[in-house]
Amino acid sequence: MDPHANVEVTVNGVRHRRAVEPRLLLSDFLRHELGLTGTHVGCEHGVCGACTVLLDGDAVRSCLMFAVQADGHDVTTVEGLSDGSGETLHPLQAAFREAHGLQCGFCTPGVLMTLVPFLREHPDPDERQIREALSGNLCRCTGYQNIVAAVRLACGAPSSPRA
Amino acid sequence: MRRSEDARLLTGRALFVDDVRLDGMLHVAFLRSQHAHARLTSVDASAARGRPGVVAVYTAADLGDYWRPGPLLVPPPPIAGLVFNPCTQVPLAKDKVRHVGEAVAMVVAESRYLAEDALDDIVVEAEPLPAVVDLEAALAPGTPRVHEHLPSNLAAHAVQRKGDYARAKARAHAIIKRRFRYDRGASAAIENRAVAAHWDQRAEELTVWDTTQAPIPIRNGLAQLLGLLESQVRVVAPYVGGGFGPKIMMFYPEEVLVPWAAMRLGRPVKWTEDRQENFFATTQERGQIHDAELAVAKDGTVLGVKDVFLHDTGAYDPYGLTVPINSQCTLLGPYDIPSYESEFTAVFTNKTIVTPVRGAGRQHGVFVIERLLDFAARELGIDRAEIRRRNLLRPDQFPFNNDILFQDSAPLTYDSGDYEPALDAALKAIDYGRFVREEQPRLRAAGRHVGIGVVCYVEGTGIGPYEGARVTVEPSGRVRLATGVGTQGQGHFTVFAQIVAEVLGVDAGEVHVVTGDTREFHWGTGTFASRGAVVAGSACHAAAVAVRAKVLDLASRELEAAAADLVLDGGRVHVRGDPGGGLALGALALKANPLRGAVRPGTEPGLEATAYFGPDRGSTANGVHAMVVEVDPETAQVEIKRYVVVHDCGRVINPMIVEGQIHGGVAHGIGNAFYEQLVYDEEGQLLNASFMDYLLPTATDVPNVETTHRETPSPLNPVGAKGVGEAGAIPTGALFAQAVEDALADTGVEIREIPLSPNRLFELMQEAR
Repeated sequence: MDPHANVEVTVNGVRHRRAVEPRLLLSDFLRHELGLTGTHVGCEHGVCGACTVLLDGDAVRSCLMFAVQADGHDVTTVEGLSDGSGETLHPLQAAFREAHGLQCGFCTPGVLMTLVPFLREHPDPDERQIREALSGNLCRCTGYQNIVAAVRLACGAPSSPRA
Repeated sequence: MRRSEDARLLTGRALFVDDVRLDGMLHVAFLRSQHAHARLTSVDASAARGRPGVVAVYTAADLGDYWRPGPLLVPPPPIAGLVFNPCTQVPLAKDKVRHVGEAVAMVVAESRYLAEDALDDIVVEAEPLPAVVDLEAALAPGTPRVHEHLPSNLAAHAVQRKGDYARAKARAHAIIKRRFRYDRGASAAIENRAVAAHWDQRAEELTVWDTTQAPIPIRNGLAQLLGLLESQVRVVAPYVGGGFGPKIMMFYPEEVLVPWAAMRLGRPVKWTEDRQENFFATTQERGQIHDAELAVAKDGTVLGVKDVFLHDTGAYDPYGLTVPINSQCTLLGPYDIPSYESEFTAVFTNKTIVTPVRGAGRQHGVFVIERLLDFAARELGIDRAEIRRRNLLRPDQFPFNNDILFQDSAPLTYDSGDYEPALDAALKAIDYGRFVREEQPRLRAAGRHVGIGVVCYVEGTGIGPYEGARVTVEPSGRVRLATGVGTQGQGHFTVFAQIVAEVLGVDAGEVHVVTGDTREFHWGTGTFASRGAVVAGSACHAAAVAVRAKVLDLASRELEAAAADLVLDGGRVHVRGDPGGGLALGALALKANPLRGAVRPGTEPGLEATAYFGPDRGSTANGVHAMVVEVDPETAQVEIKRYVVVHDCGRVINPMIVEGQIHGGVAHGIGNAFYEQLVYDEEGQLLNASFMDYLLPTATDVPNVETTHRETPSPLNPVGAKGVGEAGAIPTGALFAQAVEDALADTGVEIREIPLSPNRLFELMQEAR
């Protein structure tokens, strides 16, 4: 019996069809089958949030899903946030650059993909809400302060509540 | 200003090592020891070799002559009477395993999934031995030995002295004596380690992508190991997802084995660490136990310090004595301590290797001196801030020689500093006086447990040996800058571009920076000890100055003007007072590399220069952290109300990046103080090897940090900079202990250990009752 299963998934607006092993993680599928290496893998047990992508618009951890579970669904990765050339940044990306919301940048794609649906539902969040929204994404470089500032900037608020 | 690297990182286009994909690439998984200490009797990989999709399986026996212990990365400083037993890590365990997670066999397969499947097929027979776990028990007679060729588990013993402590003790009004335990945790970069290698048989060139903080030494070492010319090996540390120290352990077994396998198999090979492996196979920092005493006069003047400590070096000690020597040296802090006697013993244990993690042992020393000062202040009835003020070095005492040797083998000499204004600035920022006099009594009266802490520290940064840089003006007018240090998120691309742009009068955006690729630049050491901006930055500066001289020389001939009358600005060089005239740098670059005609003797083509910078010794940054906390005595939860940092890292090149470094350091320090601990059981098993159980601070745990910059330039480099990469993480444990203890003053709890946790703090409160 062929151990492979068919998966048909739309990623960043492009439809892909592949036969994959059922055990293949969605994160590995995106990175290694489709070459979308902007989605990063930090822990493979759903804690660090680096691998967060959008599934039908909602943030999910791609390391906690099998590729076959994405069959028939719509996935957006960090590569789908901007125009592809990287020349025009999504407003949230631009705010991260302005506010120094990233250092090594490894956790950043997952942070962005967590925040996109959050900001859709909370267009004018306060600092506590932003920190709650970020609490499932681990960052070892920034101390989160400038990530919060970047989110505030993206919402049109003053970037720094204090100091 | 914006960072030039950010657009690539934000859009997912930046290359990290695990992103490397090559045709025919094979994937690696390692079989790792389940035992902390065991004799290996056999490793049978025959079934694994027969599994479909498996290309090769290697054990120590298969490595032949390639099997050899790694190099001693950092030889110890020449301390008189030093005992040091170097025992470096091996590529694959042979005969014996010495910590859980030590690599035993390597599987190479068509996919990572298949490689991991095959690990189950390998049959290991091992005879478990009692594990050496406890630091104090490690040296007890009859304890099993981690390295049996040594008479005991003693890895090193060193004594450093300044002044006459015995005399100070005899004169002292009080002797404050305590035992301290300071434990640190994992570096926990969000990117795990990875190595990918490709042997190009036609070009006879090996390319290695490595998540290393030191690509050049890795290239040089690999060339030697593999019998290649250094020029045949290219090591690329592309974007690296956080380093914090452990990404500079040369050589990790995986760094030795993956390139070797790629050459042997004639196919590209990649290994990427998973998070669980990271907890066992990536180096850590861990515990020290200090028995320390402070001899103090009645007015709070410190007469001397004596400290005897044990340091856990783990199963091997390739990084020499860097961590305990940092502890030993940093204990002296910003204070004028006339006598010091410090003795440490490093011991081997059956745990993961200890190497520097952000702060690199400095935390331990800061914790000891700061806590001793706190206890002295209490005993003498002196305010905590005041006792510090009375002992700070004065500006006229610099350069200040502490009479002991630092980790770089140079005397521990502070280059410059102005400490008292930093303390004042921190007290003012946190409103110390008002808090202590008014707010705290008012809140305490209302039954609330609020506390304040103020601690000082110094950080030895920017040590040698050297770094280099090459600056080239291209005919397009764009400037290329190549340097050897890699970057792990510190913004080197931006900072180095700023330094060069300022010298050449171009926009920083016109400076294209390459770091961490040995094909672009192959002299240098790496990113460690908060030295990037100081040492590599100074090399960039020197190379830019040399190019500027070439520009002026050529332009003075072309424009028929004296060099002193020329101005470099906006990418052009023009005669002073004639900003519309002159020549573009690009046009000059073309003229400097003509296709026809004579070139003047003694000149070099092009507008290019390479320069190096090697400081005699490190520069000493300093700072003061202050914090207000509230503790819930029922749950022992600590809430950080305010966190203030005043720091002085010499000349600030880019304030945004410096602040970012501090924020991240403080967060790391808070993790160390209250969340993170590697918990080993008595059999040497790490009990919390996942992010579910090993807690990193999250966005809801870390406060906003209020930062004040002070700038006391370093005289040791042309930029005037001192390092800042580790500063944020260094005083946090000491600060946490002081502030929490103050908040719980009514319980009488005395905090002599870090990390705390709500559980541990609760226990301490119970014990104090």
